[in-house]
Amino acid sequence: MKKISIGALAVSSTLLSPIAAYAETEVHFWHAFTGRLGELVAAQVEDFNASQDNYTVVQSHKGNYSETLNAGIAAFRAGEQPQILMVFEVGTATMMAAKGATRPVYEVMAASGAEFDQDAYIGAVKGYYTSTDGDMLSLPFNASTPVLWVNRDAFKAAGVDPDTDLSTWQNVDKTLTALKAGGSDCPLVTAWQSWIHLENFSAYHDVPFASKDNGFSGLDTELQVNGDAQIAHLTAMGQWAKDGKFIYTGRRNEGGANFRAGECALFTESSAGYAGIKSEAKFAFDVRPLPYWEGVGNAPQNTIIGGASLWVMEGHEEEEYKGAGEFLSYLSSSDVQAKWHQDTGYLPITAEASAATKASGFYEENVGTEVAVIQMTAKAPTANSNGLRLGSFDQIRGIIDEELEAIWSGDKSAKDAMDSVVKRGNPLLRRFEQANR
Amino acid sequence: MEKRVFFKGWLLPLLLIAPQILVSAVFFFYPAGQAVWQSLFIPDPFGLSMQYVGLGNFKYLLSDPYYRASFFTTGLFSILVTLVSMIPALFLAIVADRLIKGAGTYRTLLIWPYAVAPAIAGVLWLFMFNTRVGVVSWYLGNLGYDWNHVLNGSEAMGLVVVSSAWGRISYNFLFFFAALQSVPKSIIEAAAIDGARFWRRFWTIVLPLLSPTTFFLLVVNVVYAFFETFGVIHTITSGGPQQSTTILVYKVFADGFVGQDLGSSAAQSVILLVVVGALTVFQFKYIERRVHY
Repeated sequence: MKKISIGALAVSSTLLSPIAAYAETEVHFWHAFTGRLGELVAAQVEDFNASQDNYTVVQSHKGNYSETLNAGIAAFRAGEQPQILMVFEVGTATMMAAKGATRPVYEVMAASGAEFDQDAYIGAVKGYYTSTDGDMLSLPFNASTPVLWVNRDAFKAAGVDPDTDLSTWQNVDKTLTALKAGGSDCPLVTAWQSWIHLENFSAYHDVPFASKDNGFSGLDTELQVNGDAQIAHLTAMGQWAKDGKFIYTGRRNEGGANFRAGECALFTESSAGYAGIKSEAKFAFDVRPLPYWEGVGNAPQNTIIGGASLWVMEGHEEEEYKGAGEFLSYLSSSDVQAKWHQDTGYLPITAEASAATKASGFYEENVGTEVAVIQMTAKAPTANSNGLRLGSFDQIRGIIDEELEAIWSGDKSAKDAMDSVVKRGNPLLRRFEQANR
Repeated sequence: MEKRVFFKGWLLPLLLIAPQILVSAVFFFYPAGQAVWQSLFIPDPFGLSMQYVGLGNFKYLLSDPYYRASFFTTGLFSILVTLVSMIPALFLAIVADRLIKGAGTYRTLLIWPYAVAPAIAGVLWLFMFNTRVGVVSWYLGNLGYDWNHVLNGSEAMGLVVVSSAWGRISYNFLFFFAALQSVPKSIIEAAAIDGARFWRRFWTIVLPLLSPTTFFLLVVNVVYAFFETFGVIHTITSGGPQQSTTILVYKVFADGFVGQDLGSSAAQSVILLVVVGALTVFQFKYIERRVHY
């Protein structure tokens, strides 16, 4: 059955590729963006194609993040892989382990002769995609980090000062009580609970999420999410859920609808939520740094990223790799990056793009858009805050989601739930280790 | 008495069954054989290397309490879907059978839901029960019931069962209705003259005469619940909350295509193959005995 579907996929992908002008080398680029983001990617590709005559980049949308990764894997098995594949941060360990299927970006760049300085990239962004030797394996494309969104009108309606200090969870706790007492039905809502309240929480407080430097220094890593800091945070959130101060809406960004409709006072969500909130919210809003627990770990350390990076796949002609290198180099150029950052709310991947945005006065006009950049870059990342590199991580997140839901519904204590995550997640890590031995 | 036809040579019969054998071999035996072969290995997702583990994948699966729980979930789900799709269908068929005016319209309307693909049906039901904007959950809220299938396992199970069974009611209705029409009127009239009331006639005459259809639908609906409800579960719950709606087929998908664990996925397919095979044999051996053709 699998063979047949791969065959069908290979046939359909060959049939669907648009015919480009001959004599130019084609570089295929598979991505997961639709809607506004899809248009922006298409515009970048067109702009690159128009800027030179040697290469034509052909972009195609292959479904959501998981589907794009699956399409890439299936295509590789059928020998029909694209030159450039977008892979979400969760799939990073899978791609890194697949030596022989991917070609590291630093090698592609070196061979293509394009200008490439690894130090130009922001440490906390590239760290996620860099080998332990410091070589960049894939190019960060869209990166964001969680921040705290404040509905100022909802604060006023509940009789709470919207300018109150929300930098620590201790203060947020008091504020939630005041909001609830002031009649708010939804004081706090979140998106991407595992990413924000466990993965980023751990990095931000400089406590490990998993052993072996969160999986960076070995496949024999084990989950450590049942540490004291994480349990204390989730216990507090469980209590908030019980008291009606934290409203759970779903595993993904379902909570965004509640916040944009003006129902919720506080919202922990990606900095990339900016475009949506700005266009839909009919209330005054603020962006604040993600809160931390005062006195826990080394908080505030730095938060980590979410999003995707671009991987170059093996099995193509040298000329095509040159084209891929040129395209990646175009994408990381300062102008393209600054525009991308300002259009989408994703982080700039180079320090130069960040500085260019600052110089353009964008941050003054769009207050709060710099919060994420500062939060990521204020401190040099530690072994606990470089990112996560765990196999089967998509499934482990699923397990975390299930166990967090058990905390919110009051079925389990935070400790029981996190112990269960470790117990259920470690066998998946062991299987990944075995598969990639 | 079975009818038998004898051929003189062996070439013609072989030729006649060849297409069926070819189709089975290409679309069933070859992939099934591949699954059995793959279940003995832990491959990496890209197909670059394979580790032979013998029965390791099976051991790993059977020692996982969530996988074992998935059998129970699948059993419960299949029984509920079969019941919820067959009983209302039979009831509607009986009612439609007694209609004199407007039977055609009524029938057509009842058949409509069958045209809706499972994934679309899932989305439709999800909209109605969405915890934020759903019409039904809003009414329930007004009645003082706080519907939240995102956190409540029983509510999630109820929702996927109803969504899966809904379209099937039409399908079952069609078969029951046709079967009811073929029940000889003379027998029913004779019973009526003897003084048997409607329900008595139903239990002693109609239902036994329907048994071949009921049996056929039972087999078909169980297979449907096992394999074709994937779309509904994927769109509504993705197997959650806390795996309470993860049926075996959904887990094959989740491990194979989300987790990229093809070894475990292949082993699960093999187990599923055995379970469905056993179930079908059981149905034909024990339940078919009660069927009167």
